[in-house]
Amino acid sequence: MREPKISIIGGGLAGLMAAIRVAESGVPVDLFSIVPVKRSHSVCAQGGINAAKNTKGEGDSTWKHFDDSVFGGDFLANQTPVKNMCEAAPGIIDLLDRMGVMFNRTPEGLLDYRRFGGTLFHRTAFAGATTGQQLLYALDEQVRRFEAEGKVRKFEGWTFLSAVIDESRICRGICAMDLRSTEVRTFPADAAIFCTGGIGAIFGRSTNSVVCTGSAQGSLFLQGVDYANGEFIQVHPTAIPGEDKLRLMSESARGEGGRVWVPKRAGDTRAPLSIPPKERFYFLEEWYPKYGNLVPRDIATRAIHKIVFEMNLGIADEAAVYLDLTHIPRETLDHKLEGILDIYEKFLGVDPRIEPMKVFPGMHYTMGGTWVDNENQATNVPGIYAAGECEYQYHGANRLGANSLVSCIYGGMVAGPAAVKYARNLEKGCDSVPADIFDRERARQQEINDRLLHQDGTENPITIWKEMGQIMTEHVTVVRYNKNLEKADAQLQALLERYRKIDLSDRTQWSNQTLNFARELENMLILARVITLGALARDESRGAHYKPEFPERDDRNWLKTTRAKWTGGIQLSYEPVDISHIPPRARRYDVSK
Amino acid sequence: MDETKKVIVRVKRQLGSKEKPHWEEFALDWRPAMNAIICLRDIAERPVTRDGKPTTPVVYDSNCLEEVCGSCAMVINGKAAMACSALIDSLEQPLRLEPMTKFPVIRDLAVDRSVMFQNLKRVRAWIPIDGTYDLGEGPRMSPDMQAKAYPLTRCITCGNCLEVCPQVNEHNAFIGAAIISQVRLFNMHPTGAMHARERLEAVMGSGGVEDCGNAQNCVQICPKQIPLTESIAEVNRQAIKQAIFGWLMG
Repeated sequence: MREPKISIIGGGLAGLMAAIRVAESGVPVDLFSIVPVKRSHSVCAQGGINAAKNTKGEGDSTWKHFDDSVFGGDFLANQTPVKNMCEAAPGIIDLLDRMGVMFNRTPEGLLDYRRFGGTLFHRTAFAGATTGQQLLYALDEQVRRFEAEGKVRKFEGWTFLSAVIDESRICRGICAMDLRSTEVRTFPADAAIFCTGGIGAIFGRSTNSVVCTGSAQGSLFLQGVDYANGEFIQVHPTAIPGEDKLRLMSESARGEGGRVWVPKRAGDTRAPLSIPPKERFYFLEEWYPKYGNLVPRDIATRAIHKIVFEMNLGIADEAAVYLDLTHIPRETLDHKLEGILDIYEKFLGVDPRIEPMKVFPGMHYTMGGTWVDNENQATNVPGIYAAGECEYQYHGANRLGANSLVSCIYGGMVAGPAAVKYARNLEKGCDSVPADIFDRERARQQEINDRLLHQDGTENPITIWKEMGQIMTEHVTVVRYNKNLEKADAQLQALLERYRKIDLSDRTQWSNQTLNFARELENMLILARVITLGALARDESRGAHYKPEFPERDDRNWLKTTRAKWTGGIQLSYEPVDISHIPPRARRYDVSK
Repeated sequence: MDETKKVIVRVKRQLGSKEKPHWEEFALDWRPAMNAIICLRDIAERPVTRDGKPTTPVVYDSNCLEEVCGSCAMVINGKAAMACSALIDSLEQPLRLEPMTKFPVIRDLAVDRSVMFQNLKRVRAWIPIDGTYDLGEGPRMSPDMQAKAYPLTRCITCGNCLEVCPQVNEHNAFIGAAIISQVRLFNMHPTGAMHARERLEAVMGSGGVEDCGNAQNCVQICPKQIPLTESIAEVNRQAIKQAIFGWLMG
């Protein structure tokens, strides 16, 4: 029998899990990653991972996890995959536990669970406040074991440029670039699994890592791989503003009892702790008595926007609110939240154990992503699969905290075996495809490099990137107006025009980061337009997508998935949402469900 | 006209591992809360030296920018540090940025630290699970044990402990504190402990744990405050025990 070949692009949680599953089935894996996989963005996840283990006698169940997730996502997620994920979650926790993740423990030696946003149950397993790092390392270690056994070949320091797609529209491999030598090479594969993560860089500043550009998704989109629900962008309510990055302050801070407040009197300049409790406005607790500080992220973010921009109640002269942990015993903080408190202390020089933190919402996550089917994480191009944040399947219009880690791992678990099955059933493997299919793609990509390296222009890629980020952050995040979205799209098109005239200040053919960034930038601009046009079209408010001109959810017209296609231009179409398990109902967090 | 406050940055540039390095100086506009990464981005947006000479953007590694991915380690003002958390206002100027010296330079401030990942393979830094099938929960563990192991799991493989270690040099391939600390971590775990011998054997002999010269620089430089010297002492103890009694245990 012919031995199939599988390429995985991206070595975060989803990519590593997919690699483990493929290697476990005896099929060799080529694993591509821009950074050494151990440095992937999954390390930034802090608070925890959800699974309804019901260890606290609260009557939690996988069905309730499913219901919370669907309700939290404002009924836009296809329900069957979400249900399957929630049912798999307890087993995923067991697996991670067996892999040696140092989860926090109860006195009996069992895993401890804490509360997170959008649920009333203690459902979130955690390893201090560096859960993503611990999970990524656990999977990284297992992949290293397969690597030592020769079952996984790593290509670290390579970036994906394009898929190799033959005349019958089947993916036969990928084209990638070695970031050191700038060599462009094709790699035949029977299936390629994309686990290329988030798109934060499209918004300039976000909580995402530098590599989260969405470039791979943008490149695939231009090759005919559809993109779904792009307009659903999660803005995390509590980030630390910074010029280079918005550093996340995990929801777990509130899960462990942190409270959000502002002074009741506008322009109050007193030191926070000298403001007596009755002169503080705990607005989340007041507006949402049932969930309080643990309302879902879209709700908390809009509340903070309202406080700061409509009611002018932000901390004096600053667009910020307090996130206060000072009432929690130091020992608890150090044991359960140390990682994030260290970040605050290190970057701001203030100890959040003794002084309330100043936080403000920041772009954090994309619910939308590459379109995949309901069963196999398969895209619309045969042989191309996607898992993790880069695809759209699990979070609907708003993701619940601590659901991302579980969706990454679950997506990888599904995509791996599905790709193996597909590859084994292929009539004709990638090795029997004529060489010129690969040569042509390689030449096309090499040509782009050559053009960029030789053209004389007037535009700096970083300047264009910064402008794109400003447009997207201003018009396509928390509050959206059609007039502004139209303007934003026109501005993005103008940036694409200016992009044609970029000039690389570095023309070296060795380790040229400017060249790579310029290539990513074009894909980012395309995806920025997909997001903006999706938002412009959707005349309702649902989850993270909020239009004051259309303040209500409109199930009659908009209970449907946005599906963007590239046909030489961006074309939007819509398809029905799977609501086969839970009938949509009004989403409210001020009262019990 | 009021003059904008400037940040003066000197960068050691090098086109490749075999090229001769040279220094370039930049004058950047000061803003509050600047770090070394912001300086490098400023240079990329306007790659012109202080004396007006056009140059190329500086090549460097970075990713998470919150000191958890381990990418942006470099030598800042003579000290191994993470660029993202190197805050300009608390550092002397001119700021001096250099590549790490214990790893081959790729270009400018980017170095090749793949030897650390190779060494993680060598010491079998993983829990050998039977497979990803549903085999139930992992072993129970006391909260005390978790609290002891957790700090070790926070190692970001930045390589700063190797950079400052006198035992890591041209004549000696000391495996270094970070890797030894991982041996301790995996030997601590109930399942990992079943295979402790393999890991100990990997850190015995030349370049292994015995090569530690007890300079204790590693524990002082570690950005994650990992008790590295404790780890080295513990693994050394285990290795000696293994060497003496190993034949008894079969």
